[in-house]
Amino acid sequence: MEKFEKNLERQLMAMRECYKTGKTKQVSWRRSQLKGLQTFLKEKELEIFRALNLDLGKHYVESFRDEVGLLKKSLNLALKDLNKWMSSRKAKLPIIALLSYAEVVPEPLGLVLVISTWNLPLALSLDPLIGAIAAGNAVVLKPSELAPACSSLLVNFLPNYLDNEAIMVIEGGPATGEQLLEQKWDKIFFTGSAKVGRIIMSAAVEHLTPVTLELGGKCPAVLDSLSWSWDKEVALNRIIGAKYGSCAGQACISIDYLLVEKAFFSTVVELMKVLIKKMYGDSPKESHSVARIINKHHFLRLKNLLTDQMVKDSIVYGGSMDEDCLFIEPTILVDPPLQSKIMTEEIFGPLLPIITLDKIEDSIDFINSKPKPLAIYAFTNNEALRERMVSETSSGSVVFNDAIIQFAADTLPFGGIGESGIGKYHGKFSFDTFSHYKAIARRSFLTDFWFRFPPWSNYKLDLFETVYSYDYFEMLLVVLGLKRSKMRFFIN
Amino acid sequence: MTIVSAGLFKDCTRCFKSSNIVGVGLGGTLTYRHTYKINRVRFSGSIPSSFYCCATLSITMEEEKQTFDADKAAVLVNELRETFSSGKTKSYEWRTSQLESISKMIDEKEKEIIEAVHKDLSKPELEAFVSEISMTKSSCKLALKVLKSWMMPEKVETSIATYPSSAEIVSEPLGVVLVLSTWNFPFLLSLDPVIGAIAAGNVVVLKPSEIAPATSTLLAKLLVEYADESAIRVVEGAVAETSALLEQKWDKIFFTGGARVGRIVMAAAAKHLTPVTLELGGKCPAVVDSNVNLQVTARRIISGKWACNNGQACIGVDYIITTKEFAPKLIDALRSVLEEFFGKDPMESKDRSRIINSFHFMRLINLLDEDKVSDKIVAGGQRNESQLQIAPTILLDVPEDSLMMQEEIFGPLLPIITVEKLEDSFNMINRKQKPLAAYLFSDDEQIKRKFVQNVFAGGIAINDTVLQITVPGLPFGGVGESGMGSYHGKYSFDAFSHKKAVLYRSFGGEAPTRYPPYTPGKQKQMKALLSGNLFNIILALLGWFKD
Repeated sequence: MEKFEKNLERQLMAMRECYKTGKTKQVSWRRSQLKGLQTFLKEKELEIFRALNLDLGKHYVESFRDEVGLLKKSLNLALKDLNKWMSSRKAKLPIIALLSYAEVVPEPLGLVLVISTWNLPLALSLDPLIGAIAAGNAVVLKPSELAPACSSLLVNFLPNYLDNEAIMVIEGGPATGEQLLEQKWDKIFFTGSAKVGRIIMSAAVEHLTPVTLELGGKCPAVLDSLSWSWDKEVALNRIIGAKYGSCAGQACISIDYLLVEKAFFSTVVELMKVLIKKMYGDSPKESHSVARIINKHHFLRLKNLLTDQMVKDSIVYGGSMDEDCLFIEPTILVDPPLQSKIMTEEIFGPLLPIITLDKIEDSIDFINSKPKPLAIYAFTNNEALRERMVSETSSGSVVFNDAIIQFAADTLPFGGIGESGIGKYHGKFSFDTFSHYKAIARRSFLTDFWFRFPPWSNYKLDLFETVYSYDYFEMLLVVLGLKRSKMRFFIN
Repeated sequence: MTIVSAGLFKDCTRCFKSSNIVGVGLGGTLTYRHTYKINRVRFSGSIPSSFYCCATLSITMEEEKQTFDADKAAVLVNELRETFSSGKTKSYEWRTSQLESISKMIDEKEKEIIEAVHKDLSKPELEAFVSEISMTKSSCKLALKVLKSWMMPEKVETSIATYPSSAEIVSEPLGVVLVLSTWNFPFLLSLDPVIGAIAAGNVVVLKPSEIAPATSTLLAKLLVEYADESAIRVVEGAVAETSALLEQKWDKIFFTGGARVGRIVMAAAAKHLTPVTLELGGKCPAVVDSNVNLQVTARRIISGKWACNNGQACIGVDYIITTKEFAPKLIDALRSVLEEFFGKDPMESKDRSRIINSFHFMRLINLLDEDKVSDKIVAGGQRNESQLQIAPTILLDVPEDSLMMQEEIFGPLLPIITVEKLEDSFNMINRKQKPLAAYLFSDDEQIKRKFVQNVFAGGIAINDTVLQITVPGLPFGGVGESGMGSYHGKYSFDAFSHKKAVLYRSFGGEAPTRYPPYTPGKQKQMKALLSGNLFNIILALLGWFKD
């Protein structure tokens, strides 16, 4: 272990040296690395699908939709917009800085660390990596050891496509993570749980390292009593897709629980039963369209959520579990006790509690009584409710009439607030996350208001006042001696 | 009975230490004065032996003891959380009314503010006006003028992958925020972040620095008078009060001060996953080329050093790097402009602030009196302990390993380091921690370009100093050891806002591609969709698309 640490320190030192040469700042370097990632995704597509199937039992279409396809889209965007992102922005100046010029220039942060997670082991490793490379940083990526096939795929094959002097993939568990955290970084980007998030931020204190924490939370979906049957069906399809279809609910933006009106819930449950059958057939396990649970630990955790008798009794659909295959059937519960674990902890699995409310408007108070989630979903055609949902609740994002797809929208920032995280990424925001915006003010030696310098007098004070209030006319009057000075006091 | 406040003061103005005095009087308050020999003061540096002691002993009953502890802080935060939940601070009307009120406060209480800052720092009236009053006022005015547009949701385009949909980014307040301020610009650095927090619709607690007590007390008094007390509060105090505040859960902590305390703040924030903005300092270099207009350069350096709170500013010039041949010319120019600004005897000039307190005075004297440093003085060097004043001091070729070149100086001492070639300065700067600002004086376009490209710093000004902070269009903030996060203008609003992504979809535009049962055909369609190429999508729908 000690040897590993020495080795690590040496490698990081070399990476810092490489960063200092300025190589990673060059546009050509950034482009070549992004293209390298593109080639990796193209050439290793089959291996990636296989690894995701091994780790999580993901169907290859789901793997493409949630991981490979999304990454390709991110790469296309980064390559297309890189020059635009890298260019500086001008800023307006006040008159005191006459004949000056100001701009904001993005610069890379330096050597950054990306710690990824297991539920979307490819997307959540490479998407931040794309941002870090686009911004010109040297990067160390640590994929999650809980998705071992994907982790080893990244460690073994990714280096063939990238510049290994400035980009490194390190495989390992918590011990490795700890050793990495002891090093000095210029940014740490973490995806995972709030518990580990706190550890990361505490470790970042020593070197005053900025962090981006992409955490989770219980993301609610509010389903209004929709009247049209088309709307109902579309809404429920989207809900089912967002709950069971994305890594079997093991996603930070999955729907965690559903809020519906009391009068509406039986319609919902009946229709869901039909639609789930339509998608996954009579035996969801055989359909291979629902991912499995990542490991035994999480399987037992989910099983434990259902051991409470009151919770067990609230199951209205599904509930069967296959411990050997780590498979849990899509499951629906109606009104489990609110103080039970399933309603206080993030579920992160294919169990969907439906909570019934008297009025759908009560959902706002219900959501506000819990920590701020990463996303809120609301299926409604009610304009007033939509407005209230945006202004009266707080969350990373709000999506109307759909779920999860905000992850694919590059123009929207993706990130949490409060317990659901700090910072944001995706598209240009990824670039920003890994950049420092350096303010530049330029001046010539020509102009200077003579009153900028001491010795001070009341006359100079009046001039400053006019300048700071951007009152050019008054300034002229003061200069010409046409304006009487304000009565002022003297301390000195 | 208990002694609530007792202090050992230097010239009855500066408090050193309070625990060595024992005196009990009866009935109300009594004040007395005597000479006290210090021998047990925990204090680094040499301590002069004779001090006046001036203590105000208030005798109160135990149960009336007013301390701000964690329990009180928790009560305060709970109250404020209720205010925030009521949603009143979110309205445009509330925000503008508070900003208008603060703007009015600055107008009406200008005299008191300038007096308080003078009491704390002997800051010259004009300097106080420019750096504290005007800056705060213009930041208030700017917020009032453009708040509507800042608050407006930003519409963004959506791609074909989520078609049909519309999307916007909504700025929402973070909640209950804490602003921890500092003493060098005690008014500006307290209110400027508060203005941003209010503009963004937050509930705020401000803790001004106890090291500038007059301004701290004034802020506490004025904000009660002018601001909405249910949402904007001032807590006065020192370490104990700050610790009590830091134990609470905040939705944002905005800190201005040193890197050491910055770490304490961030560690406390990590417990509650609270985002932080840390405005720290660092050794800000000024690189001077030999082709410059000497007179203008000297003026601008001096205005960014001694005319800027006497060097006690986080973006003040910390040291100069120039070439060996040019150094003597630069020193001559600095000398003559110094005389022009502050007269023949700079110790008599009223146009410079004094050192904040004896602690910092001693710290600076220690830097100056270090071996191998004290013989490098080429101008100034005079000191007056009773007035807490040190003359503008220039030093030439101070060794790199001296304390003065290792630590942030934060005072009226200016070392000049010489290099063979000007480009050598870039490495010299980058070897140290990233500073908050870096300055370059040069007429050479190539050097300018290289400087901007290669020097790591929070911000850069070419051919001037400090001026970059007056530009509301520029973000102000550090990187690495000089801090994280930025503010000023719209950036202040953003520092206290959460950017919420909002995506609107209708129930139309349903593509069965998304749902199982999955087929190879669906994958092709999806590939086409994510590629964003309309032609591919049509091909895929017709079943002709090949990956």
